[in-house]
This record gives sequence, structure tokens and C-alpha cells, in this order.
Amino acid sequence: MSTSPLSANPASDGSRAQLIAFAVMVAVLLIAPIWVYPIFMMKVMCFALFACAFNLLIGFGGLLSFGHAMFLGSAGYVSAWCAKSLGLTPELSILAGTLAATLVAIVSGLLAIRRQGIYFAMITLALAQMIFFFCLQAPFTGGEDGIQAVPRGKLFGLIDLTSNTAMYGLVLVIFLGAFLLIWRIVHSPFGQVLKAVRENEARAISLGYDTDRYKLFAFILSGTLSGLAGATKALVFQLASLTDVHWTMSGEVVLMTLVGGLGTLFGPVVGAAVIISMQNYLAQFGAWVTVIQGVIFVICVLAFRRGIIGEIAHAIRKPL
Amino acid sequence: MKVEIVSADHQNKPDVGSQIANQWYDVDKVDAIVDLPTSSVALAVNEITRKKGKALLVSGAATSDLTGKACSPNTIHWTYDTWMLANGTGNAIVKTGGDSWFFLTADYAFGHALERDTEAVVQKNGGKVLGKVRHPLNTQDFSSFLLQAQASKAKIVGLANAGGDTTNAIKQAAEFGIVRRGQNLAGLLVFISDVHSLGLQTAQGLIFTETFYWDMNDQTRAFAKRFAPANRGIQPTMVHAGVYSAVLHYLKAIESSKTDDGSKVIAEMKRLPTDDPLFGKGSIRADGRKIHPAYLVEVKKPAESKGPWDYHKIRATIPAEEAFRPMDQGGCPMVK
Amino acid sequence: MEIFGIPIQALFGQLLIGLINGSFYALLSLGLAVIFGLLNIINFTHGAQYMLGAFCSYLLLNKLGVGYWWSLLIAPIIVGASGMLIERLMLARLYKLDHLYGLLLTFGLALIIQGLFRNEFGSSGLPYRVPAELTGGQNLGFMFLPNYRGWVVVTSLVVCLVTWYVIERTKLGAYLRAATENPQLVQAFGINVPRMITLTYGFGVALAAFAGVMAAPIYQVNPLMGADLIIVVFAVVVIGGMGSIMGAIVTGFGLGIIEGLTKVFYPEASNTVIFIIMAIVLLVKPAGLFGTQK
Repeated sequence: MSTSPLSANPASDGSRAQLIAFAVMVAVLLIAPIWVYPIFMMKVMCFALFACAFNLLIGFGGLLSFGHAMFLGSAGYVSAWCAKSLGLTPELSILAGTLAATLVAIVSGLLAIRRQGIYFAMITLALAQMIFFFCLQAPFTGGEDGIQAVPRGKLFGLIDLTSNTAMYGLVLVIFLGAFLLIWRIVHSPFGQVLKAVRENEARAISLGYDTDRYKLFAFILSGTLSGLAGATKALVFQLASLTDVHWTMSGEVVLMTLVGGLGTLFGPVVGAAVIISMQNYLAQFGAWVTVIQGVIFVICVLAFRRGIIGEIAHAIRKPL
Repeated sequence: MKVEIVSADHQNKPDVGSQIANQWYDVDKVDAIVDLPTSSVALAVNEITRKKGKALLVSGAATSDLTGKACSPNTIHWTYDTWMLANGTGNAIVKTGGDSWFFLTADYAFGHALERDTEAVVQKNGGKVLGKVRHPLNTQDFSSFLLQAQASKAKIVGLANAGGDTTNAIKQAAEFGIVRRGQNLAGLLVFISDVHSLGLQTAQGLIFTETFYWDMNDQTRAFAKRFAPANRGIQPTMVHAGVYSAVLHYLKAIESSKTDDGSKVIAEMKRLPTDDPLFGKGSIRADGRKIHPAYLVEVKKPAESKGPWDYHKIRATIPAEEAFRPMDQGGCPMVK
Repeated sequence: MEIFGIPIQALFGQLLIGLINGSFYALLSLGLAVIFGLLNIINFTHGAQYMLGAFCSYLLLNKLGVGYWWSLLIAPIIVGASGMLIERLMLARLYKLDHLYGLLLTFGLALIIQGLFRNEFGSSGLPYRVPAELTGGQNLGFMFLPNYRGWVVVTSLVVCLVTWYVIERTKLGAYLRAATENPQLVQAFGINVPRMITLTYGFGVALAAFAGVMAAPIYQVNPLMGADLIIVVFAVVVIGGMGSIMGAIVTGFGLGIIEGLTKVFYPEASNTVIFIIMAIVLLVKPAGLFGTQK
């Protein structure tokens, strides 16, 4: 039984860097809302979770999905609808949204996993487009208007989430919880097999692993956590719209993960923060946002493939 | 009075618009948001403005829900709305003989609303709707739908869509000889900028309703003269004019009520009658609807035009009281 | 006489319209298929390059007074040259890596090009007149066919078939196909493989620009005209078989017809039907209808 440095001794070199990074991240998230607008921070956390979930599939599983928006968006719609039309409490709405995304992930995963590489990407795109069409047509989604004025409600019937502070607390807990879950998964035996499949699938098969099953499970996990991000985001902004199921959203999450660093734990978080900040502070310049995103894409692919965290990790020679 | 202006592009996305609005109100101490095209974003910002007690002056968005079921004591809907478009254009066309219609509708809430409102008007005036077809938003090719419109032999082909869909449909209608072979196009939402991008050769004969045209009178021309050089030479559309008019009245209301608290200023704006060089005299109703006359417009033939942007001829004026939906029919909870 | 409630005359009209739209799909997917099939590059910039072709003809007309017929020749050359620059300066560095990096690079380039043009020209769309020689139309009985649309079908068919012939049946095409299968060996024979690749990429891009020039008179020339089209064209290429030229052509025309029929029976779905077909094909025959799994 091989022992990799990571699973054998949690306090070893590699993990210490990660623990420090985690502590820094938590500190930033706790303190930042004093200066930085809380809704902006919550948006960053939701997208960071989305990017982390996406990274689970591509960074650790080696599968590029071009349809991840379907999880973010469908969960958002279900969560918004539950909160607004059914009057469910926020934790139930978020749960419902996440389960919806899981369902979508199971069905689409079963269909998509059989293919690899570009075909896999294309099939996820096709499925995402069908979800988009469904969201466009279904009466409950409100089409172009989206579902608006979604009430945040009272968490567990007790804590009123209308105040940004309370909502921030909830989003922080969800984000950190999911992040730790991903961390645990990546460092678990399952995570190791996944990485093995990514590196050399044929060899993994020859060792007796049912690689399709591992990939499917990673896909479903990735989709579920993306759904969690989407369901939470719908309550933060109190609205669910077509933007979240459009294929350009799938492109954005790729960008965030790429900028931050594919296959690193903290990369997607940093990538999401960078991209969201850029979109926010450049909104006044209109179409320049798209141009700059394109430039970042190009630079990252040509010269900066490891991404921000990837470069740092490479420099300190520890995984992050 | 010190006035500071900030601006942003919401990219037609309700979530981007919401976030900007929230940040502006909470962090940047913005008092009023103006313009706001795209109905879905306007509805979202409408809610946020109400919650925070600020002021919203909508000129760009069309949905008549802003003065209907989504009406708010913090919002005034300027310039136009879907009901006005439907009734202005629909009424006028049916009365001049266009009594059979075929709808080409963009398949989203705005298109549906426009189609529904126009159909009601057509039928109320004794006309018939011979058919309708829904096309996806941002359709490039309308040939198939236009063919169906031709086959229906309706006198009027109503375009219940906007923006690129409308201009594409009009361009291709010209190609397929829709107008040449005896049918007429009714654009339900057309701006002079659309006419400019189509060119008169293609757009001639198009009939639609608007509430401002730069070449209507000396005052509008004076405004256009100031506007064009500052805006790459384009002439103002009714949306531009609406923003000007709304902000002017807003500032007057602040002066008169000596406060910039959103709800109070909006109430003062409703109390004061409006008067500006672009829309003339008008008023604002309890449901937040600004009232002013509307104009039925036809696009000139190339020979009739004396130069760039000389595109519209005013066919009829719809008085302010008739142009907009009666207050009791909107379902606005503030008015019950 | 009616089929499923639609009079047969109207149905023929719709089928013909579908064929016309199919020509654009065929031309565009041909360029993509050439680039992917021969170079293994997934060219997401294709939609933006289609738009560049249309804008090129617009600018040629409005700034230099150069008309449609010359634009058909000049615009593809200009845009194709820009494509070759992209290939030399950027894509060439990515050949050793996973294909998906090429996809991401070209995606980024598409964002840049579309963003720049949107900044400069707005998103309203610019007019471009049908050339005088092709205005008017023929009354075919079941519909009125504008001459220009007829011209589009004929030209696309010709260009597609000529391209297919060159690649599949001539010596040049054989060198190209050999070079992609085994570049080192072919280079050892003295053939300048990198230059062939650059020229091929340029050719594929030029095809996109050509489609753009053809589209300018009938669709609005606007910066986003390629944006939503690109994923449809991808779907066409994937269905046809990513390496297959004939597959792209047949599927392109086929999709046009199927979309035309969908517009009659269930128009709201006309944008989505291609993806449903793609999902089905990928599940049943992942290499595509005409493709061979590499």
C-alpha cells in the first residue's frame, strides 16, 4: 500500500503550507467585511465555491466540463422558487436547490462520462444548453425576468437573514464547510485515485479501478457543490436569472479556475476573487470587461498556465 | 446644489444590476438611479430601491408592471411602457385600415407582454389576429417566420420584439418583399438608432410610436444640438430625452422639498406638474407613471429625407390622457 | 394539400429557407472542421473571425469604397492573414500541450476581438446593402426567393465541394493529411510542415471570413453576430465527425433543414434542437456521423 506524503502525516511540509493558507483565507474572510462591501464578499465566496467545485472535476479529475452553469443556475432557480413561492426557510431552500443540482449532475453525468476530452466537453455543453432552454421556457423561472424579490427568510425559523451580517455568517459557514469537504476529498483515497485517473487512466484501469465510476462520482460531487453555490447565491442576491444558466457562465468559471491555478486547492478561490473584483470595479467601462477577461485568458494560457496560486506553489515547492 | 454622477453597465444582467444598485445605495451613498434599460434589471432594482427608500427614475425599461403590480412609492416610470406602445401603435394602425395582424414575437416576457397588449387592442377595435409565431431571443434569421407571415395574408405584420431582433426582421422583410407585396410592418418598439442602423431604404414605411423626436420643434432641436456633439454625432432617442427630463424634474423637486430622501422627493415629484423643453407639460400619477403625449411616427422614404437623422414624420399625436393605461386597470396596490 | 397541418407549399418554402441557412452552417463548420481535422486545434475564435469578415466588407465599402464582389476576395485574405499571425505567434506554442489549451486560448481571443469591436461599433448592428446585381427575386410559386439567397446556396455548395475535393482528392490535400498524422515523418520528406499548418489555419479562418462577407447583406453586421453562432457550429462539427470534411458539409446543410422544420412546428426550440441531436449522436456514435475515432 503506497503512502503518499500527504495522507501519511498531516503535519508534514505540504500540509503546513496549506494550513497557513487556510488560516490566512479565514482571517481575510472574517475581517474584510469591515472595509469591503459584504454583498461583494458574499458574491466572491459563492463564486469561489463554484470554482472550487469546478476545479474538483478538472484540476483533480482532469475532465473539462463546458456546461457547469447548468448546476449553478438550476440550483439557483429551485432555491429561489422554494423560498419565494413555497415560503420555505432558507436552509431548506438551499438544500432543495442543491439536491436539484445533484439530480441534474447524476443524469448528465451518466450521459457524459462515457466520453473523453473534447467530446466530454461538448456533451456537457449540449446538456447545459438543454437546461438553458428548459429554464427559458418553464413558467416558474420567469424567463428573462428571472425570479425576483426572493425573500431571505429566517434561518431555522429563528435568525432573520435580511441583515447582511447574518447572511454573511451563513455564507461563510457554507463556504468554509464545503471548502473543507473538498480538501478532505482531495486528500482521501478517493482523491488519490481520481488524480491517478487524471494522470494515466489506462494504468489506473490496469490496477483494477473502475475509472468510470470514480469519474462519475467526481462529476456528481462537483455538480452538487456547484449547486450549493448557486442555491446560496440566489438567496444572497434574492434573485435567480438566466445569466446563471447561460453558456458564458460556464466559460467564466473556467477562467476563474485557470487564473487561480488548476489543480490547486486555493487557486479557484483566488481566481474567483480576482475575476469578480475585476468585473465589479470595471463595470463602468462597459465592454472593456470582456476584452480584459479575454486578455487574461490568453496570457494565462500562453505564459501563466499554473495560475496565481500555482505559481506561488511552484515557487515554494509545496502544494497549495 | 452639488450633483455627482456615477455610471455603470449592467450588461443586461439582473444580478449585475442588483449588485451595482446595492453597492451604490449602501456604500457610495447614491440617492437616485436613472435610465435603466432592460425590464428584468429594472424590476430587480425597483425592489431594492423600495427597500432602501431611495429614488428610481426609469427611462429605458419597458415593462408596464413598474406602474402595475410592481409599482412603488420610490419609482417613477418615465418615457414609455409596453401598454403605451401597444395601444399607441395598435390603435392607430387598426383605425387606418390595418385590421388583420400576424405577430412575430420574441419568446420572452417583454415580447409576450407586447403581443398580449397589442392583440387586446386590435381585437377591441374590431380587428383580427390571423396568426402568431414565437422566435427565440437573438434570432439571426427570420426568413422562415416571415414566410409564415406572408402565407397568412395578414395586412399587418406586428413585430413584438426589440433591438437586434427587430432590425434583423425588418431587414429581411425588405429582402423578401413583404412591404412590396402588400403587407405593412408595425414595429412595436423601435428607436431612431434602429432606423439609423437599418438605413431609410430598408426602414421606409415602418410605423411605430414614440414620445420624443429630436426634430419635432425648436426646443427639441436645441436639445439635439447640444446632445449630438457630446455623443459621437448621434441624435437623442426618446430614452435619452426621458433621462434628461426626469433628472431635471427630480432636481426641481429636491429644491422645492429641501430634502433628498428618496420617498419624499418622489412624492414631491408627483405633486409638482412637469414642464421641460423635450416633453412639454405633463404630470406624474399616483402609481408613478409620467404622463405626456405620444406620437405615431412613420419612417420617411429616402427621397423625403433631407439628411442624416431626418427620418421620422409624425402621423398623429395621441393626447397624454389616452396614451397610457388608465390608473385603475394596472393592479397597482398603492392605488386601490 | 397538407402535411401535419402545414400546407405542402409552405413546407417547401421552409425547407428551402432551411437549405439557405444550412449553407452558412456548412461554410462555417467547414472551416472549423478543416482546422480541427487537420490541425487538431479547436478554434473558438471562428465566430469572431466570421464577424471580422463581415466587418471587413463593411469597412471596405464605407472607408475605401470597395464593393461586395471585391470584398469576397479581399476580406478573407485579410482575415486569413490575421489568422496566420495568431497561429504563428500564439497557437504554435501550444501544440505540445493538451488540446484544451488551444480551446481556451481561442476562447480568450474571441472575447478580446468581440469586446474591442463592441466598444468601437456598439451592439446595434450596421447596414450593408445587398449588391445591386443580386437584388430582387424569383417567384417560385410556393414562395418568393430573393436572388441573393439563391446565390448563397450555390456559392456555398461550390466552395464546400471544391474544398472537400482539394483536401480529399489532391496531392496537396494528401500532404496535409499525412502531415497531421505524422508530422515528423512528413517533415523528413522535406515538406515544410509548420508552414503548411499555418497556411491551413489561415485557410480555415478565411473560410469563416468568407461566410461573414456573404452574411453581411442579409444579417446585420454586428460585433456579436458570431458569439452565439459559434457553439451551434461546434455542435455541427461534432455531429458530423470532428475530422470529417464531408461530415461537416452534410451536417451543416442537414441542420439548416432540420432547424427550418423545427421553426414551423415548434419555433421556440429552433435554437436548441441542434444540441439535442448532438447529445444523441455523441451517445450513440461518439466519433460523429462521418467521423473515425482517432
